[in-house]
Amino acid sequence: METITKLMKGNEAMAEAAILAKCDAYFGYPITPQSEVLEYLSREMPKRYGFALQAESEVAAINMIYGSAGAGGRIMTSSSSPGISLMQEGLSYMASAEIPCLVVNVNRAGPGLGTIQPAQGDYFQAVKGGGHGDYNLIVLAPSSVQEMADFVFLGFELADKYRTPVMMLADGAIGQMMEKVTFTNKEIVKINKPWATVGKPKTRERNFLTSLHIQPEKMERHNIHLQEKFALIAEKETRWEEIMVDDAEFVFVAFGLAARVCHKAIQLARAKGIKAGLLRPITLWPFPSKRLDELSKKTKLFITVELNAGQMVQDVKLAVLGKAPVEFYGRMGGMIPTPEEIFSIFENFITKYHVN
Amino acid sequence: MLTEELIKEENAAFENPRCVETDDYELVYKKPGTLVDIAMHYCPGCAHSLVHKLIMEVIDELDIQEQTIGVAPVGCAVFAYDYMDIDMQEAAHGRATAVATGIKRIHPDKYVFTYQGDGDLAAIGIGETIHTINRGENISIIFINNAVYGMTSGQMAPTTLDGMVTTTSPYGRDAKQVGHPLKMSEFISQLPGAFYVTRQAVNSHTAVRKTKKAIINAFKYQKLDKGVSFIEIIGNCPSNWKMTPMQANEYVNTHMVKTFPLGDVKLPKGEDLKELTD
Repeated sequence: METITKLMKGNEAMAEAAILAKCDAYFGYPITPQSEVLEYLSREMPKRYGFALQAESEVAAINMIYGSAGAGGRIMTSSSSPGISLMQEGLSYMASAEIPCLVVNVNRAGPGLGTIQPAQGDYFQAVKGGGHGDYNLIVLAPSSVQEMADFVFLGFELADKYRTPVMMLADGAIGQMMEKVTFTNKEIVKINKPWATVGKPKTRERNFLTSLHIQPEKMERHNIHLQEKFALIAEKETRWEEIMVDDAEFVFVAFGLAARVCHKAIQLARAKGIKAGLLRPITLWPFPSKRLDELSKKTKLFITVELNAGQMVQDVKLAVLGKAPVEFYGRMGGMIPTPEEIFSIFENFITKYHVN
Repeated sequence: MLTEELIKEENAAFENPRCVETDDYELVYKKPGTLVDIAMHYCPGCAHSLVHKLIMEVIDELDIQEQTIGVAPVGCAVFAYDYMDIDMQEAAHGRATAVATGIKRIHPDKYVFTYQGDGDLAAIGIGETIHTINRGENISIIFINNAVYGMTSGQMAPTTLDGMVTTTSPYGRDAKQVGHPLKMSEFISQLPGAFYVTRQAVNSHTAVRKTKKAIINAFKYQKLDKGVSFIEIIGNCPSNWKMTPMQANEYVNTHMVKTFPLGDVKLPKGEDLKELTD
């Protein structure tokens, strides 16, 4: 298969992947640190495939997605934290009306307007639903420019397969940094969407997309249906990466940018003969809880590192359920820890638990 | 046949209209085929059911059921998709025109319309309304203005008349506190993307006929690729206005049209319509 390798920013790689994945339309609103996506697609899509439209707000953008994805299109948007907050209403409606789409959050530091530097403070919002009601988004967490591109294809596939919105939770650093990225020129096969609103032929019943079921019995039935779907996704689609975990006594758990820093930190540990490994959740929802549960039987200590005040660590603790100690280290506000900083904190934890 | 004749024993068959041999009669009216044959949830005398019927008559007459996608609002018409036998999407409150933009951009050859009330279109969704019209999306917006939030039982709307009593303006709308009613048709007609803007009513036979004509135009104009057709329809709300249906229809004449005068606000130029007449 034909491949092309380029040096690209994460945001641009994601935009290029959208075109190659035959994304029919992109609706977005400028916000740092991901405005390059809208710029790239506004420039490239009219020449190559689909179209990009600058909406008047993130609220309008997500509702344009509701309409166009509901009408059968392969649709995406991207934004950053404050903009993603504005999209939560639409995501809740789409999760309920079962409209597939891809939403990318290039996470910046919050709360509020925060700052434009990278952070992972939107973990809770991404993995616990984010909007109102009982639902989950499939959440993909890239830790490289290559993954920012790859997860566009994966995101569309999962969204279409399960008729549900997918979120890619990246961060400002991965979006902005340049790395080598390889694109494979593969044929894109889009699945048929018989539920889409495309105009009702005489041969079928009308299609309507709604999240309203006014009778409690029907609303509960709909909720049960959604929960069954989420359970199926959890069973089939949980993804993670393990680095030096096989013989590890200490397991770091980190995603995205934090996982890259932890990767360096475990190399420092290994150089000193300490058996440290890294489990990197790739799907933040569904979370690799089962694997963490298995590892808890032989792990002396889990260390969760995040660019926030401690969010994913709650899911790690729920997975481990007290069978092994779980410690947390995080930086906030757009600050990124160094591998040495993490290693030094790690040494303190080892002393604290007298586990070495 | 008069009622007193119907109840005579020899005319018993007429007690059940289904038994009537229709061959002898000329069919002068029937429910549009695209209007789903179920009881509507609307209150007696409500304009919504009538406007639903008009839209479906138009879709039938233009024979565009297979090419039409509708967007339902939040408000009393949230269940519009229960009654309209076409593909539809139910939008979040105020977002119908953004949803319609998405649909139309993906299917530029289809007929796309929104059906929205005053709270939806002129309060929470006014941003989407203005920008959709300013972009000149080739959609039809059917805007039902009854000056009140119907579904949530009678709160003040952006179009509530000055001095009008609602549950959240119990002493009458006070412009000093909350401003004057928004005249959406006049307002949005300033935008170049608005191709056809008209304000009609459905409180009399004549008004209904004019409204239907406007809806026909609105759908036909989508083929011209010239922008939004905006049909404001002065509705009513007997339940929340605390009136009988007859009184409500009279109130449209005596009060509503004083603030919201009926008639065309913006008409397409003759040369723009040439394609349709050719």
